[in-house]
Amino acid sequence: MAQKKLGSQTVSFQNPPSILSTASIVGPKEGEGPLKDYFDLIIQDDSWGEDSWEKCESKLQIEAVRMAISSAKIVESQIDYLLAGDLLNQIIASSFSARQLQMPFLGLYGACSTMTESLSIGSMLIDGGYADKIVCATSSHFSTAERQYRFPLEHGNQRPLTSQWTVTGAGASVLSSSGGPPYITHVTTGKVIDPGIKDANNMGAAMAPAASDVIVQHFKDTGFKPTDYDLIITGDLASLGKEIAEDLIAQEGYNVSSVYSDCGIEIFDNEKQDTHAGGSGCGCSAVVFNGYIFKQLKQKKLNKVLLISTGALLSPTSTQQGESIPGIAHAVTISNKLD
Amino acid sequence: MKNINQKDYEKYVNSKAPKPTLLKNCIWAFIVGGLICVFGQFITNFVMDYGLDKKEAATATPITLIFLSALLTGLGLYDKIGKKAGAGSIVPITGFANAIVAPAMEFKREGFVLGVAAKMFIVAGPVLVYGIGSSVIVGIIYLLLKA
Repeated sequence: MAQKKLGSQTVSFQNPPSILSTASIVGPKEGEGPLKDYFDLIIQDDSWGEDSWEKCESKLQIEAVRMAISSAKIVESQIDYLLAGDLLNQIIASSFSARQLQMPFLGLYGACSTMTESLSIGSMLIDGGYADKIVCATSSHFSTAERQYRFPLEHGNQRPLTSQWTVTGAGASVLSSSGGPPYITHVTTGKVIDPGIKDANNMGAAMAPAASDVIVQHFKDTGFKPTDYDLIITGDLASLGKEIAEDLIAQEGYNVSSVYSDCGIEIFDNEKQDTHAGGSGCGCSAVVFNGYIFKQLKQKKLNKVLLISTGALLSPTSTQQGESIPGIAHAVTISNKLD
Repeated sequence: MKNINQKDYEKYVNSKAPKPTLLKNCIWAFIVGGLICVFGQFITNFVMDYGLDKKEAATATPITLIFLSALLTGLGLYDKIGKKAGAGSIVPITGFANAIVAPAMEFKREGFVLGVAAKMFIVAGPVLVYGIGSSVIVGIIYLLLKA
């Protein structure tokens, strides 16, 4: 009998892991956005002195992990597991950074849902008694994503209005079996839901049903109400996806509008920065959580947050073969109080 | 939410999605596309003033435009023009040059054989295949009709 299981998709932790510290590093464009004051490091050149975008993305991840570990005042050898993933084929940004970091490594793929996927698994490992200290990390880079999924950078094409801008950035969180608030108290693991959208430039609409499904399931499993939260924030649904998710959640009888936002909307000023529908990428919810939200929790400006990173599980091959885009989302409750 | 009707959902999403700014795009395409053509004409007149005949000028003009487009691509400017102009800078021969130079630059890190040379045509390749293919077919039809 799974003692910590709550309802059909949620886990409630007996010894909720503490988030000891976090780190966020972003690229120059993100560093000009509305959340610029919350990031730990803004790089001035989007290759960060490396000779390929992929190497730069690995470096972002390595440095974010190291910064998070050092601000937790522990050493790298104390880390029991590194849980990381990214968008690149065969998750090379993560495995190549793990090659450098030399920690026991579990590579994850959940597209842009990786931040909450890693926090979910990390929390379960700690509460299960399998680890004391875990680092959860993820990254994305505008230029690595463009060349893998879309067009060469210098190609003179027009981006549709529903398209999103992949965030250049990496975020890392150190979870611990002991320590102060904030804590991860619940996780709700989402199902893959495919509403049949085939347009790879409209990922918000493709992921919104998965996000709203996991949010509604979270309320059903835990008995929480939207008003129990100070903030409910999805990963990268952006402007269109957020509107849809809100509608879908309302159809199930929950009104989240007063506390609901999306990391893809928060990170850029879409009008000024010309990012169309908003930000996307693993790095989007990673830097918004590890930069902005974590600091708000620490300062008690927010006390209970539901973070739902959202992933579009497509590949260039599946898109070219005319497949629709399956979506996934995982929800994590981060709270300053233990009930 | 469990049983999303895909057709209904698509309709619903389309009703919510921001509408593309078609008129604005058309005007920009007209202006920039037109300017590129006027500039081409300027080159033709210029080289003809220097003594090239009409046939030679028809060769010199696209060569110059292709060079300038490749240069602007290399300087990171052509994508900025393309963002505003859309079809206005994609349809002229300068757009074709951009479509070849951009991937050649992008994939240089994968080497000169499997990167630059192999990936150079990932955007423009279909245009070459179907452009050359259809011109051969039209040529054959013309030949048969003439005979």
